[in-house]
Amino acid sequence: MATLTLVQAINLALIQEMEKDDRVILLGEDVGSNGGVFRVTEGLQKRFGTNRVVDTPLAESGIIGTSIGLAMAGLRPVPEIQFEGFLGPAYDQLCSHAARMRTRTRGTFTVPMTVRVPVGGGIHAPELHSDSPEAFYTHQPGLKVVMPSGPYDAKGLLISALRDPDPVIFFEPKRIYRAIREEVPEDEYTIPLGKARVVCEGTDLTVVSWGASVIQCMQAIEACGRSIELIDLRTIYPMDMQTVEQSVSKTGRCVIVHEAPRTCGVGSEVATQIMEKCFLHLEAPVQRVTGFDTIMPYYKLELEYLPDAARIQRGIEDCLAY
Amino acid sequence: MPITNALTTSIERISILDEHGNFDQKLGKGLIPDADLLKLYETMVTCRMMDEVAFKLQRSGRMGTYPQNMGQEANSLGAAYALNNDDWLVTCYRENCGLMWRGVPIDSILLHWMGDERGNAMARPHHATPIAVPIGTQMLHATGLAWAAKYRGQKQIACTFFGDGATSEGDFHEACNFAANLDIPVIFFCQNNFWAISVPGRIQCSAPTVAQRGIAYGMPCLQVDGNDLFAVVYGMRKAIDHARTTGKPYFIEGVTYRLGDHTTADDARRYRDQAEVDAWKARDPITRLRNYMTKKGIWSDAKDTALRKAAEASCMATVERCEQVEHPVRSDVFNYTFADLPTDLITQRETGHTHSLGQDPSQLPSASNAR
Repeated sequence: MATLTLVQAINLALIQEMEKDDRVILLGEDVGSNGGVFRVTEGLQKRFGTNRVVDTPLAESGIIGTSIGLAMAGLRPVPEIQFEGFLGPAYDQLCSHAARMRTRTRGTFTVPMTVRVPVGGGIHAPELHSDSPEAFYTHQPGLKVVMPSGPYDAKGLLISALRDPDPVIFFEPKRIYRAIREEVPEDEYTIPLGKARVVCEGTDLTVVSWGASVIQCMQAIEACGRSIELIDLRTIYPMDMQTVEQSVSKTGRCVIVHEAPRTCGVGSEVATQIMEKCFLHLEAPVQRVTGFDTIMPYYKLELEYLPDAARIQRGIEDCLAY
Repeated sequence: MPITNALTTSIERISILDEHGNFDQKLGKGLIPDADLLKLYETMVTCRMMDEVAFKLQRSGRMGTYPQNMGQEANSLGAAYALNNDDWLVTCYRENCGLMWRGVPIDSILLHWMGDERGNAMARPHHATPIAVPIGTQMLHATGLAWAAKYRGQKQIACTFFGDGATSEGDFHEACNFAANLDIPVIFFCQNNFWAISVPGRIQCSAPTVAQRGIAYGMPCLQVDGNDLFAVVYGMRKAIDHARTTGKPYFIEGVTYRLGDHTTADDARRYRDQAEVDAWKARDPITRLRNYMTKKGIWSDAKDTALRKAAEASCMATVERCEQVEHPVRSDVFNYTFADLPTDLITQRETGHTHSLGQDPSQLPSASNAR
């Protein structure tokens, strides 16, 4: 079995789905001859032609708006937005149209589109190349939001997203694009959207996270030396609260970890649902270890901002001590 | 080096039947057969009647906010007439007449404004997209729809409508730019009605024409008298021919006027002169066509009275159908959010609650867990 990076796993998933289904077309800035600025679509234009891997004008709303039209006509467009900080210009098309089309037309028009977006900090990038806006899109009904934490999951989740009949925002944590390798089967497999993964089992405390933070959580858990269960949500919406509920009902303590700011972050929703569903099992207040409620700093200070293993470990230990 | 000229260009303006009844034989002869003209006129009269009925429904509290189409009927009608029935019609909300010609039931338009999504479901079989409320966003969808046809090797094109105000929106420019640079056959049809609610056209576009915005994208562009059905059909045939043979976009500005308020929630007397409105009333596309047909001997006052009576009856029947349509059920709020509903949406739908104790009564306090 091949050992692949996250970039290679996504590239493989795209190739396999494009070979299978000619409704799948890729579009975006630099996705063609350049293979994307992170080389995720490398070689695909050569393989599938300029009709299926399309370099577009530099306009995010245009990329998403035309993708909506392509999808309404029955194709399965896969637009790439170069960095999450530039998803903003497409917010109107995503939330005013993509998310609403099925409801608005009682199912006669749908938008089966997978928006690929590199996300998050930790790569010494310029301003607006390091943010974590997943909560904005999780709050919008009608959108699914996915964020894998490794190559194996990335391939299986992306294939599910590409086959999904509704719009999916597929966030790719750029910090782990090449930082880790995993065995990724060449054979086709899918990982269902809306199903979390128990990364490691434990009895003392539950850590819930997603994306690149999962790696930091693993390091923190190892350093703690206690029996800690780690849950990787994988899909942020629909959220697999059943897995979280089962775990927290068992451990009675929970720490939620994400890169995005704390206020109204996805962690707020997870914590609230834990309070609703596990109230009588809780031994300590649910804790959130997150980015600060500030603007994401330029890269000299980005590691001070992002929750690292030490900060997560402190959160876990404080929660355990309560 | 001497200074040279990088670009010289001009924009044609098409007028065939003017408000004084002058008809340009050279451009207009044989453009629309009489039999079609009668049907087109009938559609315009019915559309105007529906507009008046809808206005009254809102005023009497039987319908929500409604944007009148009055005065602008010729633009979308001429376009829909010139297009094939499988070309995409991507409208905003002053294109009722074209949608009616295409065969979209009037019920669908009325239901939409009665606050019922089921109205929008009727557009798809007619290759029309739902009424677009956010301004200037739908032209990108038209570009995507025509792109999909091109990708599949089909001859289908798209025609999208928007107002002068929409040409200030970024998405308008992105749509023009995508279509022009990626070679996508879209007809961009601007209904320049001079007012975006209270803001006059010169604040949206201070160039002499809106049409010339197309030049910036390398598109051929044309200005037509939008209150002249013949001019619209002439312009559209040129645009369609261009789009189908070259696979590239085309820009048309239909110069027209919004005779009514922006919507029933607006009062245009606050910001524009009655004299201006009266001057445009004299250029009404329906009156113009009626006079032309009468002069030509294919129409009469008696026929007109009969048509208006029939149109009124048909509109009243539509209203009755729409008012008696079964009330939508609450589960519809949930059922179309996704193809497969996530469990939390199923729970919200089944319980009608979002509070967790309402959703899961087993969580309610009992003797064993009360503290």
